[in-house]
Amino acid sequence: MIVNQFLVLAALLFSIGIYGVLVRRNAVLVLLSIELMLTAVNINLVAFGQYLQDALVSGQVFALFVITVAAAEVGIGLAIVILIFRNRSSANVDELDLLKW
Amino acid sequence: MVMLAAYSEGAAHLTDGGLLAQWAWLIPVVPLVLMFGIVFFGKRLPMKGWELAEAAMLFVAVYGVALLVMNASDGISYEGSVEIARIGSFTLEWGWVVDGLSIMMYAVVGVVGLAVFTYAKGYMKGDVRYTWFFAAFTMFAGAMLVLVSAPNLIQLVVGWELVGLASYLLIAHYWEDHANVVAGNKAFLVNKIADVGLFIGVIIIGVTVGSFRFSDILEAIADGDSALQQVAFWGGLALFIGAMGKSAQFPFHVWLPDAMAGPTPVSSLMHAATMVTAGVYLVGRMFPLFQTDGFAVDVKAIMMVVGALTLFLTGLIALVQDDIKKVLAYSTLSQLGYMVTAMGAGAYTAGLFHLFTHAFFKGLLFLCAGSVIHAVHSNNMSDMGGLRKAMPWTYRTFLIGSLALAGIFPLAGFWSKDEILASISYDSGHGGGTIATVVLGVAIAGAFITAFYMARAVYLTFFGEYKGHAHPHESPKVMTYPLIGLGVLSAVAGFANIPGIFTGFTQWLAARPQVMGDHHAESIDFVLAGIGLAVALLGIAAGTRLWKRDAATQQARDTFRIPVLYPVLANKYYLDDLYAKAVVDPIKGPIARFTNWTNTYVIDGVVNAFGAVSVFLSRIVYQGVDQRGIDLAFNAAASATGEAGDAVRYTTSGRIQQYAGGLFVGAVLLVVGFLIFT
Amino acid sequence: MDWFETGWGLSLIVFLPMAGAALVLLMPRKQERAAKFTALAFAFASFAGSVYAAFTFELGSSSQFQLGTDLSWISAIGSRFHIGIDGISLPLLVLSTLMTLLCIIYSWNHWPEPHNPKAFLVLMLILATGMNGTFVALDLVLFFIFFELVLLPMYFMIGIWGDRTKIRLPGFKKEVETRLYASIKFFLFTLFGSAFMLLGFLALYFKSDPHTFDMIALAEAGRAGAFAGAFGGWVFAALFLGFAVKVPMWPLHTWLPDAHTAAPTVGSVLLAAILLKLGSYGFIRISLPILPEQAQQWAPAIAILAVIAIIYGSLACLAQTDMKRLIAFSSVGHMGFVMLGIATLTDVGINAAVIGMVAHGLITGLLFFLAGSMQHRYHTREMSRLGGNMKLMPVLGGLLGFTAMASLGLPGLAGFWGEFMALLGAFNPLDGLSLTVFRTAMVIGAIGTVLTAGYLLWMLQKVNLGEPKEEWTSKQWHDADRFELAAWIPLVIAIFAVGVFPKIIFGATDGAVVELIRSAFGG
Repeated sequence: MIVNQFLVLAALLFSIGIYGVLVRRNAVLVLLSIELMLTAVNINLVAFGQYLQDALVSGQVFALFVITVAAAEVGIGLAIVILIFRNRSSANVDELDLLKW
Repeated sequence: MVMLAAYSEGAAHLTDGGLLAQWAWLIPVVPLVLMFGIVFFGKRLPMKGWELAEAAMLFVAVYGVALLVMNASDGISYEGSVEIARIGSFTLEWGWVVDGLSIMMYAVVGVVGLAVFTYAKGYMKGDVRYTWFFAAFTMFAGAMLVLVSAPNLIQLVVGWELVGLASYLLIAHYWEDHANVVAGNKAFLVNKIADVGLFIGVIIIGVTVGSFRFSDILEAIADGDSALQQVAFWGGLALFIGAMGKSAQFPFHVWLPDAMAGPTPVSSLMHAATMVTAGVYLVGRMFPLFQTDGFAVDVKAIMMVVGALTLFLTGLIALVQDDIKKVLAYSTLSQLGYMVTAMGAGAYTAGLFHLFTHAFFKGLLFLCAGSVIHAVHSNNMSDMGGLRKAMPWTYRTFLIGSLALAGIFPLAGFWSKDEILASISYDSGHGGGTIATVVLGVAIAGAFITAFYMARAVYLTFFGEYKGHAHPHESPKVMTYPLIGLGVLSAVAGFANIPGIFTGFTQWLAARPQVMGDHHAESIDFVLAGIGLAVALLGIAAGTRLWKRDAATQQARDTFRIPVLYPVLANKYYLDDLYAKAVVDPIKGPIARFTNWTNTYVIDGVVNAFGAVSVFLSRIVYQGVDQRGIDLAFNAAASATGEAGDAVRYTTSGRIQQYAGGLFVGAVLLVVGFLIFT
Repeated sequence: MDWFETGWGLSLIVFLPMAGAALVLLMPRKQERAAKFTALAFAFASFAGSVYAAFTFELGSSSQFQLGTDLSWISAIGSRFHIGIDGISLPLLVLSTLMTLLCIIYSWNHWPEPHNPKAFLVLMLILATGMNGTFVALDLVLFFIFFELVLLPMYFMIGIWGDRTKIRLPGFKKEVETRLYASIKFFLFTLFGSAFMLLGFLALYFKSDPHTFDMIALAEAGRAGAFAGAFGGWVFAALFLGFAVKVPMWPLHTWLPDAHTAAPTVGSVLLAAILLKLGSYGFIRISLPILPEQAQQWAPAIAILAVIAIIYGSLACLAQTDMKRLIAFSSVGHMGFVMLGIATLTDVGINAAVIGMVAHGLITGLLFFLAGSMQHRYHTREMSRLGGNMKLMPVLGGLLGFTAMASLGLPGLAGFWGEFMALLGAFNPLDGLSLTVFRTAMVIGAIGTVLTAGYLLWMLQKVNLGEPKEEWTSKQWHDADRFELAAWIPLVIAIFAVGVFPKIIFGATDGAVVELIRSAFGG
């Protein structure tokens, strides 16, 4: 089995994700981009899991974990975004500098 | 003259003193307990606490005299103690020692104390802190008794410091006035400086012997302990430095004249029975250390010189004082010089005998002075004069006291001073050498000066015309009775020890388990006694002469000073003038003034400079080293950290995307690095 | 009460205050009375327990660790819940519980701004657990935890309830509030020291075979020479830093005057009375038995630093204008005597150190109480403005005079024994130590007693005696109230008792100290 095509796909997805995180201004889109990056990682995990013929199928299991955590993260993340939007009437990441200092 | 080299029969016939000795721990404890009684309940009592103080002193006096009587028939030597702690190989104890030396001190403190406490009831009447005064006064006596009853060096140190504290409280009794507080501080600190010596001496001797008990230490000396021999000189010297502080020896004497800031009864007790006698007592207690060959014998020469310097220099200063209490204060210093000199000459009995007689007449003189001050509301003799008629009892007793102090036969001072002179004379032929001979001359000169300044004080106070403003009157009975009592004792105390006829005092003091090894007269040395008496009479004559001559001018009479360039021819009594000008004036004028000047500017100057230097040093240490040095370094470190933080603070912009970018770049760099290095 | 002697008693003494703190924390903030009574009850229970422990303690075998227990705790690193007291820790434990109780009594009506008794009491009780725990811990990890537990409450006490005057400091550009500066300084200094101390502990753990944090086992290994050579030297240095900051030894003392000056009264009292002792106790309990060889090498240096502290502290006192700061610097001098005693490595010296620690706790604690009460009334600590206090408030003034006398080492009061015995020990230090150094130290230390007397008399003269200044005479003065007296009289009695009958302390310490010296140094 050849993993290259999976890796290329994952790398592309990851790069799109990175691009989205760094460039998009809308917080919701930033969150979606993070999901893309996680998906890329999941693809890698499953591909390597299959490639290495792991008896414990840990790659696939780990992918499931990541999906669960990602779901939780999106839940909390969207909640925060909504709260910020309510308070500031904007979900523009540029205007959020609450972490400053 | 025959002197015994050692009192050999000492240890033979001593009894343990029975119940009286076993319960003697009450002597220090009763005053201290009653002191607390005065502090807590004094104000509610009908006589505001005085009765408790008086009861304490009555108890001590009766107990002390009872012991003295018993000791006179059968020598007592008893020692009891309670362990208060054990640390390592050392045992700490409270205890009480009942032997010839301590019994003598109990009796003196009790009897003089009783007189002074009775007197103080009248003197202190209406005082702002009447109750508190008696509490501190009782503590003063109690602390002295703790010191005297100590069977070990540690308890001695305890009593020693407590005496210092009590004196501080009493000297600064009128603490609203800054000067009094300063005087109290000075007394405490000068004593504390000398106490460095005491501490070190106690440590050296105690650690070397392995015990702080006097009995163990003296036994080690008797056995010729070689370890102790090696350190004995330094130990002895250090102890003596401690003794110099309490007994106000040159150059530690500066605190004592200032201590006159306290009420007069305090001065009386301090100079007669407590405090200043402590140093002499310590030397007496440790006497074999200084007297036994191979131990601290060399310290004796130092003692003799220090004593002689003190007795001479301070005696001269007494000549030019106007404050009657200061005259007496300097006279006390001079007499303490005699005691120390005697100790240095190896005359344990003579030194302590002078302590004994001096306690009575100096206590008396101070009480008389207090009585006068009470009447004229001034300390200065230039405000007195002619009080003979207004205050007959004060005059009579003061006269007795002065004559006793001057050493006129047959009053107390004659006998004790003569014995000291005899001892020094003996010492000059037996190991004392040239120093002892010179010291003998100084001591005889001192006798002249003593008589001189006392004659001056008597004339200025009681003769001539009254120059003050208040209306003098005789003091109430509560004050005159103690004067009469002490007057009688001053007259007769000397008979306690007449060499060759009745040597009671010698035997009382010898009631100690160890052999003291001192020497004392077996018979009266008539030549020396005659010289001593003649010199004293000469001193009085000189005083009388000058008084009569100067009576002509008011100014001269007020100050009793003689102009240095007095026209010689104008004087009818050429010989008298020669005598006055060639001998007395230089002594009294320039020399005394110089000494006074030295005292004020050099020694006091050193003390003050010491203070100033410490303050200066303290500023440097605190401002320079602590605040600008050490602290600055720490603060600078803290500050630098803060500044660095400020500098890098700008990287935290709060922009999530900047953070994420940084994260990504970092991750990429890590991966690249990983690829390169593997 | 068998249960008491199997470790429960000590555990209760240590953790009852913590339980009290938890309970107070649950109470509503408005219920001040309830919080006060709860805190008082728990502190009293802890104190009563320590007194009962003192009576249960077998003085005959005071070198043995008694009333303790040894339970499995963090088995992964072999750290155990090992507690117990011997003759050295017993007096300090009682002192610690007593001071906590008295501080709570004193605080009853004297809450420093910004008030909030609930939080203040919680901090005080947590502090008590830390202090008590340090004195009973026989496991290095346990010791470290208690040692550090003390830090936070004190930090908050100074930082929140402290002095708000702004000060300008050398080395800083801006003015800072005293409390903030002092609390951070205190925290950082101590943390700096304890970081090294922890390193030392870990080094000991990894060097010992089998690995252990147990002090008794480590002491045995130390005697057998397991930590000899350069390794031991580094470890001793690390521990030294940790303890010396806490003591504090010159030149690591500069946090102390600031912390004392800024802290609220009760904070100063606990700081002086107990916290400083944690350092010197650490030397006796950990450094000396585990690293005896290095202790002997370091002893002269410690003695020299101690003597510098004595003279330096006294001189710095003479330069002070602030009463609390003066008392704080006096602690530097007094702890110098304690360290001099420890440095002699003799039974006399270490006994002196322990009684000196107790006496300093009682006396300086009382001095800070008094200074705090005076500040409360005069609203200033500047001595040049004070004067004639004896006239305005005789009871307060009298107590101040008494305590100052005790502090200058007056015989018959507690302070004397520590000073005198430390000098005594310095005359004859452990065989092999330089006699020249120690005897010089003795003489200089003795001169230090003169300076000590000097600054205390000077303070009395400025504050207590003389005529009151005009600005005060028109005011209405309240002399010491019931709560103040209730907090102070036990201390006065204790100062007297220890002074007159030092066996109260020496009786417990002597056996333990002699055994410590014998086993560690063979002397």
